[in-house]
Amino acid sequence: MENPLLSYTLFLADNSLITGQRLSEWCGYGPILEQDIALSNIALDHLGQARMLLQYAAEQKGEGWTEDRLAYFRDEKNFRNLLMTELPKGDWGYTVMRAFLYDTYHFYEMTGLLQSKDEQLRAIAQKAIKEIRYHAQWSAEWVIRLGDGTEESHQRVKGSLLELWPFTGEFFETDEAAIELNGRGIAPNYAHIRTQWKAKVEEVLELATLERPEDGWMQSGGRNGAHTEHMGYLLAEMQHIPRSYPDAQW
Amino acid sequence: MVNASPEGADSDVILQLLGQVSDPEVPVLSILDLGIVRSWRQDENGVEVVITPTYSGCPAMDTIEADIRKTFLEAGYPSLEVRTVLDPPWTTDWMSAEGKEKLRAYGIAPPESKSADKRTLFGKEETVRCPHCRSLETEVVSMFGSTACKALYRCKDCLEPFDYFKCI
Ligand SMILES: [Zn+2]
Repeated sequence: MENPLLSYTLFLADNSLITGQRLSEWCGYGPILEQDIALSNIALDHLGQARMLLQYAAEQKGEGWTEDRLAYFRDEKNFRNLLMTELPKGDWGYTVMRAFLYDTYHFYEMTGLLQSKDEQLRAIAQKAIKEIRYHAQWSAEWVIRLGDGTEESHQRVKGSLLELWPFTGEFFETDEAAIELNGRGIAPNYAHIRTQWKAKVEEVLELATLERPEDGWMQSGGRNGAHTEHMGYLLAEMQHIPRSYPDAQW
Repeated sequence: MVNASPEGADSDVILQLLGQVSDPEVPVLSILDLGIVRSWRQDENGVEVVITPTYSGCPAMDTIEADIRKTFLEAGYPSLEVRTVLDPPWTTDWMSAEGKEKLRAYGIAPPESKSADKRTLFGKEETVRCPHCRSLETEVVSMFGSTACKALYRCKDCLEPFDYFKCI
């Protein structure tokens, strides 16, 4: 097994990187200027967090690895991100519903990491939590606005919620690395995060006049590099310049 | 917030040089006003400056580092080390009172009071004073403004929109 701390750091880093990459697709396409700017800012926060985590992963990996090499020169099967983060951006309702489900999870995950015995993960969490709180609030407000909005907006976010729900089970899966790191006080307890997440999601969905879907069969695979058919296209767009010009420098 | 400011022959000069480096996105603020300089020291190898990012993805950090280098190089300090640390995380509480006044004069509402506890989800909304007419009758337009550190507000009295430097 790969070093559990490295494997876990990459899991966190890839979630931020792929989320930031997906959200950045809205830049220039937002429904109104303020929200276009909001999403670009949020995407930038995720990329900034990804950079800190990838720098830490590169440090652990050694042997000439850098944050850029990890982002641009790994292939699909080596990315650990949750499947939900790579799904296409969809319409505005889909984007805010995905952001809400993920941001709420991300908030409690980082809150758990504030207590991590790993100094660097703790420092990154302390930095990131201030930003994530804004993200989670923004997406929850939009879910309420659209859910409790017009017939059309309600139908759209309802559909998005049903489509996205099977991807939420993966949030709380624990692999060997996560179990070992939890035992050592480095990673949070994901069962505990699930309880907190569920309570907050139910509270917001109720305000949005939406019903929480029943837990059924859940998608899985991101952590092990088994991605959806959308991941390759995302990576092709993100990686093609550095791969075409591997020695290019800023 | 600057810790461990050393006493020494060049101490005043170094502080003065750091005061000349401005935030590229809010040029009325120096990096000292902003509170992102953690510490500096000088020994026989040169000068070391420790800074901390405001936001994780703040694109100004690279520019700020380059500007510090340029300023010190021009002042005759060729060996300079700029180090970035994350812990403890930057907070708007470290912005100097002078910095807040400069922001207000520039038309940006400075961060209000103490940063709230960011570990609770959905805290109370802040009351923000209009930097133009000083009215408290303002409303948030968007929590995400022209840069990562700002939110967009509108004054209900003078009707002017304005940027608010978010508390974090
Ligand atoms: Zn006013």
